[in-house]
Amino acid sequence: MFVGFVILPVVLAAVYSFYNLPAAFKWENLADPERFVGFDNYVRALTTPEFLRAIGNNFTILALSLLIQGPLAIGIALLLNRRMRGRSALRLLIFVPYVLAEVIAGLAWKLLLQPNGGVNALLEAVGLGALQQNWLADPDIALWTLFGILTWKYTGFAIILMLAGLQGVPEELGEAASIDGASWWQIQRHITIPLLGPTIRIWAFLSMIGALQLFDMVWVTVAPTVRQMSTETMATYMVQQGQFAGQPGYGSAIAVILFLISLVVALVYQRFALRRDLAGAVTSGVR
Amino acid sequence: MNRRSTTLVALGAGTALVAAALAGCSPSGDGGGDGDVTITWWHNATSGPMPAVWEEVAAEFEEAHPGVKVEQTGYQNEELQRTLIPNALASGDAPDLFQVWPGGELRDQVANGYLMELDDSLADTISSVGATATPWQVDGKTYGIPFTFGIEGFWYNADLFEQAGISEPPATLDELNDAVTALKGAGAAPIAVGAGDKWPAAHWWYQFALKSCSPETLQAAELEYDFSDDCWVEAGEQLEAFIATEPFQEGFLGTAAQQGAGSSAGLVANGQAAMELMGHWNAGVIGGLTPDEEVPEFLRWFPVPGIDGADGDPTAALGGGDGFGCSAEAPPECAELLEYIMSEEVQKKFAASGSGIPTVPAAMESLEDPNLKLVAEGLQNASFVQLWLDTAFGTTVGNAMNEGIVNLFAGTGTPEDIVTKMQAAADTL
Repeated sequence: MFVGFVILPVVLAAVYSFYNLPAAFKWENLADPERFVGFDNYVRALTTPEFLRAIGNNFTILALSLLIQGPLAIGIALLLNRRMRGRSALRLLIFVPYVLAEVIAGLAWKLLLQPNGGVNALLEAVGLGALQQNWLADPDIALWTLFGILTWKYTGFAIILMLAGLQGVPEELGEAASIDGASWWQIQRHITIPLLGPTIRIWAFLSMIGALQLFDMVWVTVAPTVRQMSTETMATYMVQQGQFAGQPGYGSAIAVILFLISLVVALVYQRFALRRDLAGAVTSGVR
Repeated sequence: MNRRSTTLVALGAGTALVAAALAGCSPSGDGGGDGDVTITWWHNATSGPMPAVWEEVAAEFEEAHPGVKVEQTGYQNEELQRTLIPNALASGDAPDLFQVWPGGELRDQVANGYLMELDDSLADTISSVGATATPWQVDGKTYGIPFTFGIEGFWYNADLFEQAGISEPPATLDELNDAVTALKGAGAAPIAVGAGDKWPAAHWWYQFALKSCSPETLQAAELEYDFSDDCWVEAGEQLEAFIATEPFQEGFLGTAAQQGAGSSAGLVANGQAAMELMGHWNAGVIGGLTPDEEVPEFLRWFPVPGIDGADGDPTAALGGGDGFGCSAEAPPECAELLEYIMSEEVQKKFAASGSGIPTVPAAMESLEDPNLKLVAEGLQNASFVQLWLDTAFGTTVGNAMNEGIVNLFAGTGTPEDIVTKMQAAADTL
């Protein structure tokens, strides 16, 4: 089953990527020597500005996710880890966006972010009318709007992971430190966060893979034109070119590039993370 | 069942599936020897009156043909065109009767032997729709028959036009420009365009190309991908100049064409925009977006104005239609069903539903919608009807063309870029 449903499609995609295939594809096309184009599809992809921008967008979102969602999630998790009124309700609320189906959340935001939608109306009502934007229609800001939606959607998941990780940090350590006169901030900085390391690294891994494979939120919220202008990702570009532009061969080449990039990032990161987890603070280069 | 045997069964099933797909054979058991036949029929009617009409047609056909079962299903148009049908055809398990889009896509499907030639079995039906069948022909043979065909024009709000002091619909490009200027003070956008979906923006360029390029140039482009004539760049320059007059609603790059109150059709429906350039189906779309789901009283139609002094035919129109064709492997009953769909009786029913303009002339009298009557009149007055350019050029060139055009709309591309992109895409074919 693994061979039939996983390996075979991957191999077929690799095979298709060396062909120039018509939209109305037929198996016989693969036997046509005129359709075999070698690495042309790859050369074309890597020299097309739109695709290079798509790769850039994926890595921008990846970097922003790590730099913004990570600290935000850790901060909120630390706050929520303290005993306070309504803690369970807060935790629930924070997790709701993650539970919502991607398409539903995307459509809801799409409606709220229309030029005369809820967000602009709210800005107007609180006297911030000057901040009104064409959130999803202006190619200059659409990517940032999109990242905002992604943050709203996925920070909850990161927080839950971090909270779970925090349950594994022994309270005694904090208590001992506070008896020694450490402030709350010092305890978090020097005890809790280092002990949260494995959780953070796993979250970062999931987040990176998610950012590289990003498709549905972009597809649902951003109009095709604006997507083409500014928010195309590798996956949306692949579907656009492979399916909608009727070039299965070229689309397959994009798929293979996306696969390779994800694979390399995953391998490099796993090795790096594995080494950190094994060697602890002593990074002497010993594997 | 233990886990290992489950895996084995699944593996076996997977292998069988793959083998079937590789062999390109059809696992469906149509046309058994006992006379019982099932015809699967895929169409693009998902809202409005049409799903009920097709359901009725299927039931009537079943009744008249004992032993024949018709399974009809409506799918969202783009999903059907871009995903479902290509995949079904490639897998060798195509529906019997399905929507066939003319132009480049049809040529591809015919070249792969996916479609049934209809000239022998349906000669009378084909001649009954006259020239509208031409786009569904390849090398003189017919592979699909349109049940509706119409042209594009401006759908406008007569009340807003009156408020702006425009008494007659614009008949030239200059008059259109004047109308835009007059409408700017009216508190509504002069023109709504669903540029977010790409094709509605692209249609503007098609119109300028149609009015700039001679019919011979258009023909050469469609058949030989020859875009060397200067008129293709001129079309972009004219559009660029037109966009510079800021006739469109704010944020048009993100506006959808047909979904919701914020779409271009929605803006016309609720009086926030005065006009929209759109195909013959637009009255139904606009009607579906008003609170009472009725076509608004203020809605009127006028044909696209010509450009003085340009090469193109000023009365040429851009249009398209919906047609059905049979899969090459379909049973003969498929052609019979298509014949029934194209009968005067069903065509009249179609016309009366207000969903579009029928192709069988005798059914025209059943048109009740005043705007559709106007579009039908425009179609009759057109000296020449060019199929939507993206459809005519096929998916690959059409997609590159539309990408280039929206770049022009966004101010990040030039008129030359559009032609370069089209040529580059054509060279990959």
